[in-house]
Amino acid sequence: MIKVEGLTKRYARMAAVDNVSFEVAKGQIVGFLGPNGAGKTTTMRVLTCFLPATEGRAEVAGYDVTTQPMEVKRRIGYLPETPPLYPDMEVCEYLEFVGRLKGVPKSNLKQRLDEVAERCSIADVKTKLIGKLSKGYRQRVGLAQAIIHNPDVLILDEPTSGLDPKQIIETRDLIKSLAGDHTIILSTHILPEVEAVCERVIIINKGKVVATDTVDNLTHRLRGSEAVTVELTGAPGADDVQRKLELVSGVSRVVAKEGRGGMLKFEVESLQGRQIRPDLARAVVESGWQLHELHSAAFSLEEVFIELTSSQAAGGAQ
Amino acid sequence: MSSIWVICRKELKGYFASPIAYGLMVFFAVIAGYFSFMATAIFVQRGMESQMMGRGMPMDLNEWVIRPVLMNVSVIGLFMIPMITMRLFAEEKRSGTIELLTTSPVTDLQVILGKWLASVLMYGAVLGVSLIGLVALFAWGKPDWKPMLIGYLGLLLQGGSLLAIGTFISTCTRNQIVAGVATFAICLLLWVLDWVTAFATSTGGKVISYLSVVQHFEGFSKGVLDTKDLIFYLSVIFFGLFLTSRSMESLRWRS
Repeated sequence: MIKVEGLTKRYARMAAVDNVSFEVAKGQIVGFLGPNGAGKTTTMRVLTCFLPATEGRAEVAGYDVTTQPMEVKRRIGYLPETPPLYPDMEVCEYLEFVGRLKGVPKSNLKQRLDEVAERCSIADVKTKLIGKLSKGYRQRVGLAQAIIHNPDVLILDEPTSGLDPKQIIETRDLIKSLAGDHTIILSTHILPEVEAVCERVIIINKGKVVATDTVDNLTHRLRGSEAVTVELTGAPGADDVQRKLELVSGVSRVVAKEGRGGMLKFEVESLQGRQIRPDLARAVVESGWQLHELHSAAFSLEEVFIELTSSQAAGGAQ
Repeated sequence: MSSIWVICRKELKGYFASPIAYGLMVFFAVIAGYFSFMATAIFVQRGMESQMMGRGMPMDLNEWVIRPVLMNVSVIGLFMIPMITMRLFAEEKRSGTIELLTTSPVTDLQVILGKWLASVLMYGAVLGVSLIGLVALFAWGKPDWKPMLIGYLGLLLQGGSLLAIGTFISTCTRNQIVAGVATFAICLLLWVLDWVTAFATSTGGKVISYLSVVQHFEGFSKGVLDTKDLIFYLSVIFFGLFLTSRSMESLRWRS
């Protein structure tokens, strides 16, 4: 649905987006993750035909953003970081204006308006002035504005920024409910958001794509190594166990953790690409200790993110 | 075409949802009403004087009342322009709604024409208020309505050209006040050009005097539709809107 190839956008000397390529399939929700100033907004602005690209191509629904901008704009719903609202208009009036602007036929407009208001739960403020709405409502009106013409692609720039926790959850649910009918790209610098909402994530830093994958795979693939939590009893002392576990082949590091109820707990990290769980189990059992638990501890995306963005060497993770 | 109308309607609603429209109309009603009253009073006084002196000269309402009122209205109109155009683009740039317009399936030209058209209609509504005093003349006299019509066409054309310039200035800044002041300065300059060059005989002076927007209105105020003046106004409108479209395009690569 969306195809970006070698996209570069330079401001004066500095490249805000540098040779970015990615694809998004129909109906997917993709998170665009990166710290502030990574080039998320710039990429989105190119996709929405707001900014021209310096180099490279971008296609939305099969139409090129530079040569067929009208076709692209018809198929895109865009919510910028600050919702583009006119404070002196009523919600209803505003949505009607945007609908007409986006080419919703007049006969259909009333019905679309009701649908969208229902969906974004703003039906109760339809006749209020936008300037008098709370931040959460404004954000929802902004979303309603983006979907009024039932676009194929939705581009949301930091849709939950500045909302309170309850509103954030509501907005996320709303976005999730929109997937399927719409292909969605949303940008954020908040990790849990990506985990909560997105199927795929594109991590971007300093204008470059650092990684693209599903959230699960990314966590997995980033560390070729595995982290395993071991819990056991019946050992004379933690030091003995640690020494023993370190001798197991493939283990790179053993860290003692605080166990509960007399349990000894360790976190064991493996070397790149080694399966250490069977060996660990054998080592524990052969020493005559009781093994209570042995499971692999997944790295949270947060760690992935910090690792990805703090060291450029992680580009190899692709 | 319908996109232009959608944008135009939104702008018009914006004018009438705020006090701007009403403020301008009231202000204009007072000033134009005063001029109409004075012009009529002078006309009546002169008429009585000439009758008492026994020289019942035929006096023309158009010449004595309508023309001076139109001339005055054209000058006062200059001061309305900045208030009408200053927010057109500056406000959209400040609040970020410009992103909505530029990512909607409408061309820049449609946006510009819609906004400009709204400003012309708004100006027309303000001018309409000045008609009150003149229409009253029909109740007691027999003025010729055709020169009046041409006079108002001239007012709209003059307004349209300045509004086009004002629209352009509004795209250059995100601050309404700056846009307003700059537009006001230009309107003032174009008016003052007329004084300065009133006695000019040199070629340079003539060129400058040709640029005076007010000067081209003189023909219209007499009810004369001169192609020279018509073309002048149309080309200023075209030039102003052309600059606006260039400026709007530059938003894309500058921002």
